Amino acid sequence: MDEALKSELSKQGVFTTTLEDVYNWGRRNSVWPLSFGLACCAIEMIAASMARWDLARFGAEVFRPSPRQADLMIVAGTVTKKMAPQVVRLYNQMPEPKYVIAMGACAISGGPFKQGYNVLKGIDRYLPVDVHIPGCPPRPEALLHAFMTLQRKIDGQKLTGPLRPRHLVAEAPSEFPVPQYGGHDLVPPNNPALWHAPVVARKD
Amino acid sequence: MSSTTVEPNSVAPGPTQVAPQADGTGVPSYSLAPKVTAAGAVEGELLEVSMGPQHPSTHGVFRMDVVLDGERVVKLKPVFGYLHRNHEKIGENTTYLASMPYTDRLDYFCSMTNNWAYALAVEKLAGLQVPERAEYLRVILAELTRLQNHASLGGFLLQDMGAMGTPLMYAFREREKILDLFESLSGARMMCNYMRFGGCRCDLPPGWVEQAKKVVNDFPGFLDEFETLLNENEILMARTQGVGLLPRALAISASVTGPMLRASGVNYDLRKVDKYGIYDRFDFRVPLGEHGDVYDRYMIRILEMRESLKILQQALRDLPEGSIIDPKAKLRGFRPKLGEAYGRIEAPKGELGFYLISDGSPNPYRYRVRAPSFINLTILEDMCLGHIVADAVIILGSVDIVLGEVDR
Amino acid sequence: METLEQIKARAEAAVPGAKLEIVVNASPSAQHSLLVDNAHAAAVARFLRDDGQLRLDYASNVSGVDWLDTVVKQTVKSKRLIDGVEKEIEETLEIKKPGYLEAVYHLYSTPLKHGPVILRLRTENRTDQARVPSLTPVWRGAEFQEREIFDLFGIVFDGHPDLRRILMWDGFQDHPMRKDYVEPDDYEYEPTPHDAVLERAKPHYAAEAKA
Repeated sequence: MDEALKSELSKQGVFTTTLEDVYNWGRRNSVWPLSFGLACCAIEMIAASMARWDLARFGAEVFRPSPRQADLMIVAGTVTKKMAPQVVRLYNQMPEPKYVIAMGACAISGGPFKQGYNVLKGIDRYLPVDVHIPGCPPRPEALLHAFMTLQRKIDGQKLTGPLRPRHLVAEAPSEFPVPQYGGHDLVPPNNPALWHAPVVARKD
Repeated sequence: MSSTTVEPNSVAPGPTQVAPQADGTGVPSYSLAPKVTAAGAVEGELLEVSMGPQHPSTHGVFRMDVVLDGERVVKLKPVFGYLHRNHEKIGENTTYLASMPYTDRLDYFCSMTNNWAYALAVEKLAGLQVPERAEYLRVILAELTRLQNHASLGGFLLQDMGAMGTPLMYAFREREKILDLFESLSGARMMCNYMRFGGCRCDLPPGWVEQAKKVVNDFPGFLDEFETLLNENEILMARTQGVGLLPRALAISASVTGPMLRASGVNYDLRKVDKYGIYDRFDFRVPLGEHGDVYDRYMIRILEMRESLKILQQALRDLPEGSIIDPKAKLRGFRPKLGEAYGRIEAPKGELGFYLISDGSPNPYRYRVRAPSFINLTILEDMCLGHIVADAVIILGSVDIVLGEVDR
Repeated sequence: METLEQIKARAEAAVPGAKLEIVVNASPSAQHSLLVDNAHAAAVARFLRDDGQLRLDYASNVSGVDWLDTVVKQTVKSKRLIDGVEKEIEETLEIKKPGYLEAVYHLYSTPLKHGPVILRLRTENRTDQARVPSLTPVWRGAEFQEREIFDLFGIVFDGHPDLRRILMWDGFQDHPMRKDYVEPDDYEYEPTPHDAVLERAKPHYAAEAKA
């Protein structure tokens, strides 16, 4: 529908919309996160849901303890190799459509603990991440920004066509393989279908 | 059908399954075999539950493998390591100074006290003196940390009991005011990285003391409100009194420290015992519990907050002028001589110690953290046996763990 | 509190056959420690805990330490007959000191409020005889800490009631806190000032460039 006409009609008190807009409007304003904290960032996540930052404005204060009721996984904190299989399993248990926010340096890349033998160097080795927030820990404002970014992403999703999101494509995977504990490391060390080591172009 | 009846809750309440020796030592004994009556019939079945690592009441990624008879806990094994981020190994691979920001992330509620414990150990190792103003600043910041830690613990403990949200919201409202102070001083809300060997990193910004005095003067109002709502609350008393008893002898033998130990009636507060820093200059008392149950552990923390406020008022009043770091302290190229040192402080959760061995190189040869949350969990099983599973959640909450410190 | 020499003398008198040795700590902290032989460690620990003047009932901290095999070079002067003439020759001898693992206990007293008395137990070597007696029967607080040392250092504590891995998963094969532990090579890209990390990343860049 023509945007100018839509605007003109709304001035006359006639509101027009599309199914896609209503669908996305509903989804973006009730993103229920999984009540799931890993480390330091979880405390900032809790702080964001408390009175001062009031996450309820985003319809996202409903932290669900069960993955079956959650739409969003906030990976808040260091993912260790011992914890990584459980994180992937929790993600697999969430129903589509589902989103992932990687909160903090550790969840993005291992952060300050990157040298650790038991630290996973970024959850994107096993899971598709929608929003990354840097910081150690990110401030609650950063988490709010991540929510707004996610809302914009949901808003832009098409119901039909080749650009439609994963949960509307029947053959797209909604579960990802769970890594196994090995003798020295996780097996496999990353999900090759999802992640490749970045190519670094250096002059030296 | 046979005439024998099944009694699912036949285990008597109380830690009857434990067989510790009279001196408080010894290790509980278990039998996983189903109990058999005299007539030869099996009395129901045991249920094994894995609580965690993703569980709303495990305060992070802690896991307990619980064996239940009906609702009663007959065996409980904590499983650690889901947040084992190799703090000690990294500490041995970086310089002394570079470990300071890592200590922030041990007990991520209390970065200031973590900084202090580490700085204290290094000062012992290298023989550094701390200027008076820095000592006062350390006391002020440590006691502010204690306030916000105990307040948050109160909120989380009530959340575990089913008071969803409200007490935690009150606690976090107060916590934010203290975090504002930390932020204006160090630049970060949680990971302050503020103390240095032989002093502190930077001096107070203008107006900080006035703001701190305001926070300290307002805090009793919050405590009064919190206590009025909770202390004599019938539900709280019913859920916590007589639950999770920790006998005095067992508490000492199991190296329990901090509010947990004092709730069992042992007068052992490192601020009084070691008198580290300048704690001998302040007038404060050490609250002691009588029963060693969850209620005592809750009350000890409330009372400790009152004592912390006393210390804060004295320290903010007497804060002297002067330098904030020992001029002999070298931050870069810091190489202590051969030797070792163990330094410990009374962190909000218990005795936080750092054990350092130097081989003369810029990195410590051995860097060990004695984490109070981890060692306080030794007797978790003893406290939970015989109680129902909902009480186990509260008992765990009353231990006050932070996983960053448990697993390191 | 008594001096460490007095404690040593009284412990040796109380526990027949026990051999204690004072390990001097040269740092300003001056926290010297007592090295106990493994055979009598539990008896000495019980003495320290129960003795009326010491009452060290609180084992605060138990840490593992890994001491690698070291080679100490010594220059020795000796006189020898060479071609019928006595000459003084300098020789460099390489003395191999076998490594060992150590468990260090920091003990305090809650009633008398003194401490620390530091107790050290040493294993014979770092491989097949990495065993010391467990002191968990004496101080319950050592239970999880000894398990942690077993997990990360590989010291076997004889007499420990529940010696399993505690931080790493059960199938894990290494002891990561040992000094010669090699980490899995699992990071490829490092914008970091640490030279060692960049060295480890280099082969991965080459592999990526080929692919």
